[in-house]
Amino acid sequence: MSVDKDTVMRVARLARIAIPEDRVLPMAEELNRILAWVEQLNSVDTSGVEPLTSVVKMDLKRRADKVTDGGYAGDLMANAPLSEDNFFAVPKVVE
Amino acid sequence: MSAGEGRNGAVIEGTTGPWEIVIGIEVHAQVSSRAKLFSGAATAFGAEPNSQVSLVDAAMPGMLPVINEYCVEQAVRTGLGLKAQINRVSVFDRKNYFYPDLPAGYQISQYKSPIVGEGEILIDMPGGETIRVGIERLHLEQDAGKSLHDQHPSLSYVDLNRAGVALMEIVSRPDMRSAEEAAAYVRKLRAILRYLGTCDGNMEQGSMRADVNVSVRRPGAPYGTRCEIKNVNSLRFIQQAVEYEARRQVDVIEAGGTIRQETRLFDSRKGETRSMRSKEEAHDYRYFPDPDLLPLELDLAFIETIRASLPELPDAKRARFMRDFGLSAYDAGVMVSEKETADYFEAVSKGRDAKAAANWIMGDLFAHLNKAGLEISASPVSADNLGRMLDLIADGTISGRIAKDVFVIMVETGGDPARIVDERGLRQVTDSSAIEAAVDAVIAENAAKVEELKTKPTMLGWFVGQVMKKTGGKANPQAVNEVLKAKLAHVLGG
Repeated sequence: MSVDKDTVMRVARLARIAIPEDRVLPMAEELNRILAWVEQLNSVDTSGVEPLTSVVKMDLKRRADKVTDGGYAGDLMANAPLSEDNFFAVPKVVE
Repeated sequence: MSAGEGRNGAVIEGTTGPWEIVIGIEVHAQVSSRAKLFSGAATAFGAEPNSQVSLVDAAMPGMLPVINEYCVEQAVRTGLGLKAQINRVSVFDRKNYFYPDLPAGYQISQYKSPIVGEGEILIDMPGGETIRVGIERLHLEQDAGKSLHDQHPSLSYVDLNRAGVALMEIVSRPDMRSAEEAAAYVRKLRAILRYLGTCDGNMEQGSMRADVNVSVRRPGAPYGTRCEIKNVNSLRFIQQAVEYEARRQVDVIEAGGTIRQETRLFDSRKGETRSMRSKEEAHDYRYFPDPDLLPLELDLAFIETIRASLPELPDAKRARFMRDFGLSAYDAGVMVSEKETADYFEAVSKGRDAKAAANWIMGDLFAHLNKAGLEISASPVSADNLGRMLDLIADGTISGRIAKDVFVIMVETGGDPARIVDERGLRQVTDSSAIEAAVDAVIAENAAKVEELKTKPTMLGWFVGQVMKKTGGKANPQAVNEVLKAKLAHVLGG
C-alpha cells in the first residue's frame, strides 16, 4: 500500500486538517514509512487465527437501564465558544 | 405468497414500454429505553435543550461508553420478532463524519458484524396477496443530536438531548414493488415493534424514520441504479415519495439520461424529491472497530429468556382470531393492525359474540374515532362499556337499532349503557300486549292504507315504520313484524 499526494489531500480534508502545499509530499513519505513498518505484520501467517480483541479475556461491561446522568446543561456550555439559552451555537449549517 | 423476484408489482407505463419499481427501505427505530445506549442520560422527548446530556454524549475528552444492557435486550427481542438470526458476537464500529450535532466526530454503529442477521416480514395487501419482505440485518447505533437552523439569522443551534439515544437500523431487502407495498411494509414493521414494546413507532416525533431506496428497471431485468430518499416521516409521504421518484427516474431514462446514485430529500409540501447537493461528495465514513468497546457477546440463556417472554405477534394473533372467533381474514387483519385495537377487541369480545364485537368496532367506533381524530386508546367508549352494550342487545333489553342511538350517547357522555337505557327509557318493548295495542291503533288510523295493501304487499314496511314510531322505536322489530302480519291477515281476510 502506498500513499500518494492525492490521498494525503483527501484524508486531510476528511479529517478537517489543513495541510500547507509544501507539507503534502513530506507527509505522504512519512505515512508511507509508517505503513511500510506496519506492513511487516503481514509476513506472519494468521490463517485460521481468530482476531484478538483483548489480551486478557474480558467481557464488554454493561450498565442497567437507569437514568443516572445529565441535568447540567449550564456546565456543558462552559467550554463552548458560543451558546444561547443552553443551545450550542455554531456558524449556520445550511442544507 | 410471493417474494420480490418474479412477481408482478405495479408497473409504470413509460413512452418506451413498462417499467418495474424496486424498493428497499432502511428504518431507524428509536429503542424504547429510559437511558441512552452508552450513557446514563435520559431519553424522554421534549426536554429542555441539553438537559439530558452526559459528558459521554457531549464527547468530552476521556469519557468512555458503557453499553445499556436493556437496549441490547430490545434489539434481540426485535430480531426474534422478525424471525431473524441473532448473532452471538457483534462488533461496534466508528462511522466517521463531521457535523455540528455529532460532537465526537463519529457515530458508534455496527458495520460488518451487526447484532441481528437475516429475517422476514409478511405483509398482507388489500387484494388478499401476502408478500414476503426479507430483512437483511438489524444493528444498534447512536442517534445524533438535533440542529435548529431557523432560530437565528447566522447561527445554527445544537441540542444534544437526542445524541446517543439508541437506534435500531432495520434494513430490508429490495423486495417491494409498489408505493403501496412500501407503506404496508413500514406499517407492519411499526406494528411489530409496538407489539414487542421495543419502539413506540411515533413517526411524528421522529422515533421512527424511513430512508427509502428506489430504482426502476424493465420487468425481469437486473436492478437499476437507486436513489435514496432520506428521512421520510409518515406512511403517506413514503407512498408519495416512491410514486414521484419512480416517475422521475422513468422520465430521465426515457429522455436519454442516466440515473446517478445519490441521496435525495422529500419535500412534503411540493410532493417531490430533490437532490441533496451538500451530500453529493462521496461518503467515506472510514469505519473501524471502536477501540473503546469490546465485541458484544450474548450467551444462549440471555437470548432464550427473551424468546420465552415474546408476546403474541400480529400474524399469530390474526390466525387465532380467524380460528377461534371465525373472523374473516380482512376483519382479523384490521383487528390486529394495532396492538391497542387487538386488546380492545379482545376485551369486548371476551365471552361474547366476537363477530358482533368486530362489526361494532370497525363500524360505529372507527367511524367516530376517525371523525374525531382519536386513537382507540383515547376512545370515549371503553371496551367495558361497549361489551356491556352488546350484552344488552344479546339479552333483548335493546334492539340493534336502539343500540345505535345508545352508542351515540355513549360517545358523547362516555356513560354506562345500562344507565343510559334506563335513564332515557330506551328499553325495548317486547311485551306483546303493548305491541298489539300499537298495531291495532295504526291499523285503525289508516284504513285507506290497509285497503292499498291489498294490491301493494310492499306497503307492509310502511306499517312497520308507523308502529316503530308509535313505540318510540323501542319495539322489537321482529315482534312488530309478526304481530302486524297476523293482524293484517285477519283484517284483510275478514
